[in-house]
Amino acid sequence: MYNPGSSQRIVFLGIITSVVIIFLIRLFYVQVINESYSVSATNNVLRYITDYPARGMIYDRKGKIVAFNQAVYDLMVIPKQVKEIDTLEFCKLLDISKESFIEKMKKATTFSRMKASTFEKQISAESFASFQEKLYKFQGFYVQPRTLRKYPNNTAAHVLGYIGEVNDELIAKNPYYRIGDYIGISGIEQSYELELRGRRGVRIVMVDVFNREKGSYKGGIYDTIAIAGQNLVATLDADLQSYGEQLLQNKIGSVVAIEPQTGEILAMISSPSYDPNLLVGRVRSKNYGYLLKDENKPLFNRAMQAYYPPGSTFKLTNALAALQEGIININTSYPHSFVVGSKSVKCHPHPAIALEGAIQYSCNPYFCNTFRSFIDNRKYGSSENGYRLWREYQMSFGVGKKIGVDMPHELKGLIPSVEFYDKYYGKGHWKASTIYSLGIGQGELGINPMQMANIICIIANKGYYYTPHVIKQIGKHPNTTRNLAERHYTKVSAENFNIIQDGMQRVVEAGTARVARFDSLVICGKTGTAQNPHGKDHSLFVAFAPRDNPKIAIAVMVENAGFGATWAAPIASLMMEKYLKDSVKRHDLEERMLKGYLLPLQNKSPENPGLKVKDNTPVKPKSKKDSSVALLNNKKKKK
Amino acid sequence: MRKQNSIFENIDWVLVVFYVVLVLLGWVNIYAAVYNEEHKNMFDLTQNYGRQMLWIGTSLVIGLAILVIDGKFYAAFSFPIYIVTMGILLVVLVIARDVQGARSWIEIGSFKLQPSEFAKVATNMAIAKYLSALGIRMEDMKTKITAGLLILLPMALVLLQNDTGSALVFIAFIFVLYREGLSQNVLIFGFLAGVLFVLALMVPNTVLIGVIGGLGLVAYLLMRKTRNNLIVILIITALCSGIVFSVDYAFNEILQTHQRERIEVLLGKRSDPKGAGYNVNQSLIAIGSGGLTGKGFLQGTQTKYDFVPEQSTDFIFCTVGEEWGFVGTAFVLILFTLLLYRIVFIAERQRSTYTRIYAYGVASILFFHLMINVGMAIGLAPVIGIPLPFFSYGGSSLWGFTVLLFVLIKLDSYRMYILR
Repeated sequence: MYNPGSSQRIVFLGIITSVVIIFLIRLFYVQVINESYSVSATNNVLRYITDYPARGMIYDRKGKIVAFNQAVYDLMVIPKQVKEIDTLEFCKLLDISKESFIEKMKKATTFSRMKASTFEKQISAESFASFQEKLYKFQGFYVQPRTLRKYPNNTAAHVLGYIGEVNDELIAKNPYYRIGDYIGISGIEQSYELELRGRRGVRIVMVDVFNREKGSYKGGIYDTIAIAGQNLVATLDADLQSYGEQLLQNKIGSVVAIEPQTGEILAMISSPSYDPNLLVGRVRSKNYGYLLKDENKPLFNRAMQAYYPPGSTFKLTNALAALQEGIININTSYPHSFVVGSKSVKCHPHPAIALEGAIQYSCNPYFCNTFRSFIDNRKYGSSENGYRLWREYQMSFGVGKKIGVDMPHELKGLIPSVEFYDKYYGKGHWKASTIYSLGIGQGELGINPMQMANIICIIANKGYYYTPHVIKQIGKHPNTTRNLAERHYTKVSAENFNIIQDGMQRVVEAGTARVARFDSLVICGKTGTAQNPHGKDHSLFVAFAPRDNPKIAIAVMVENAGFGATWAAPIASLMMEKYLKDSVKRHDLEERMLKGYLLPLQNKSPENPGLKVKDNTPVKPKSKKDSSVALLNNKKKKK
Repeated sequence: MRKQNSIFENIDWVLVVFYVVLVLLGWVNIYAAVYNEEHKNMFDLTQNYGRQMLWIGTSLVIGLAILVIDGKFYAAFSFPIYIVTMGILLVVLVIARDVQGARSWIEIGSFKLQPSEFAKVATNMAIAKYLSALGIRMEDMKTKITAGLLILLPMALVLLQNDTGSALVFIAFIFVLYREGLSQNVLIFGFLAGVLFVLALMVPNTVLIGVIGGLGLVAYLLMRKTRNNLIVILIITALCSGIVFSVDYAFNEILQTHQRERIEVLLGKRSDPKGAGYNVNQSLIAIGSGGLTGKGFLQGTQTKYDFVPEQSTDFIFCTVGEEWGFVGTAFVLILFTLLLYRIVFIAERQRSTYTRIYAYGVASILFFHLMINVGMAIGLAPVIGIPLPFFSYGGSSLWGFTVLLFVLIKLDSYRMYILR
């Protein structure tokens, strides 16, 4: 029998052994050395699901919701996992074209094949319901619930602000935010972003090959729970706010109303305004573009960002400073004119007057003289020192500095420093007669309506103010994020305010602002007509009421509207009536204000009919929304 | 010769232990591969692991039955068994339904059987019977041709069933023929042909032919003293060139599209992790993510969440790799290696040529399966769907391997009594 011996056996065993050794080496490499497979396995099975906390809601002071959230769904895609799908059905369900599908897919793939990116944003709850049933058919796609901001009253756009997706710059600066996150961009949404946003949670879930969820990863020990944002209670009175917006429609201007005893901002209006819902969701950037192009600058919050010469309202603080320094007293009177070289400031005819009367009649020469008495007073040694002190007084009223409103983009305004005048006129080359117009609120002064309202609060409080603010409550607790309880005192003592208040009362009762009277309420006010180099004077009125127990202090500024008594005083008065009496009885006045059309003429062109004066629309919050939406629609048509 | 006292007399328990351990390990991994929260019962017959338990039970019965039958039966009836099996393969061709492209199943009610699994056993018996006959010498051309035909017949029939994987297994008998005296040149040439096949696909033909010619010339210059060498060198060079030229044709015209793609994926000529390369890619991810010690029993995410297709059958090795890590895969590989060593050891201790040849056949078949199955799972072999012996889910394959091994155990138990 043939038996070839052991060599074949050795060869055979040798082959087996070599193959096994090759396999072992390969396995060692694949399993122990190469880590990439572990990463792939993780990517296969783990999905990081972000739980977006609900953004906090915002209520007004009466408990009315002014901002809430609406559920929408973002459709996410992981291109690598997308298998053959019925594109036609998919597009039909989402109501998109095939081209758009291809383009979106391409975009997602370019971003990353492995990572999820948003395929379609903000699908409404209704469309999502029908889509959800079919979702299992579309491997690689999943939905992420999101919320969309809604502002049900269509009001207070500038105060509430808006939210938008974070940009790359912000992501680089703040590690919390990630692509696709929303952040408050202006208004309360921005200044209370931290409180409103809550904290994002991440759930790690495992999915099978069909992308079905199979439970949490390692029992959820790596998950973080989303913390809902806190609800805020605003100081705003939504009704008053929206009434004020109505009164200011078709006018450029601003109203700020503050409760003097607390610093709570009751209304902050900047006109023209817009419907805050325009800057929500998918239409945001488009609408933003339209608003940005609007020549009346509806995005501009005039209440805090516009500088105006304060005009006659500044006579009040001017007088207060002089009273405190003993430069004038209640009986001081000045000649009926103020002469500087060849120029002279004159006044309209009125009887010879002391301080109260000067306020009542808004006597320009009186306050120019007061200003000169102060600045050039010998006891300060020089006009420079006099002016420095006078400026300190004004600044203690919150002028020329940020008063710390809990809103973004507050501007500090302008009140020139000694150095400014030194530079401008040369050191020692200026004195009261050079800069006397400051005494009557003209010249190089810039004050925003918020600061004006705050000055009125100080006068109403006889010497101090609380930092004006728009949020009074965070969650269930008082707002302690800012120092809101502290009284900020001026350099003027309380008794001096009585004289000024007397004068202001006379302004309304027998002076320039008789139009502002209503019921038997004791109202203190002051008109202003701020000259302005760009056109017609600004109409200005400041007031507070009732005098004994001030509930509301208000500053109204209507641009290029003429005398303070014509537009600003009636608007302020109507708003005070609305706030204090809850309803307005003076319908004729109300109607006249509502009808008033004071926008620059060029906007009246027929190609822009959206800005036409509305018919005698009754005061309903809705009408304003309609007008701003109509404006946008028109612009769209124009394109 | 005398009768055995007991059917367990002289049984090689080492083989039995290997068998039991491998089958149970296989079952554990099938359980893991199919496991889901809804079906935790180990004997749930709607699940593969429940059914595999059934197959294991019946396999034990089959094994026992084989031990009960007189050992002489197998040698005596080798040819009849071979002929009947070939007959069944033919019948399958006629009656089988198309299942995933292959027509290789006999269905009796819900019971399905794959005769090709048993054809390996029958062929092994026939080869052993033929080569162990008196006066048969491997050197004879007649012997080579007859043995070749015995192998090629079932191979062709299985190929006709479109079950390429199972057909390729019959190549394993080359090792048997080699052990029985076939020139080692056949192995070398086979290896060379394989290398040339791969090179021909990777390197442009002209370059390859140039290199072969160059090597031929160098060989000639080194060994030009004898005329014989020159002729051999010429023949080899010509043959090599012939292979190179025919590869393109064979690759593009004979292979089916999916086979072509799988080879291209293996050679890295095609990156298609979602299509043709999906299985291998996911398999590698599963095995690779196992790390040194694995993710633990039932903790493999690739396994649990069905990322690897065919995981309880052809890709069962992934489960081992993912859940037990390198420790597990090395253990299984070494277990198989020891089993093969044991079988070769058993083969060489036989006085009976039939048993020796049969034993080599068993070793060769098991080795071939191991090499292809594991090689495919770790991306070293093209995707050829053949099971991992004793491990993979499937009644036919488990029964087939059980018969293959237990006939050997039975034959071996006669080693003391039979002189030839």
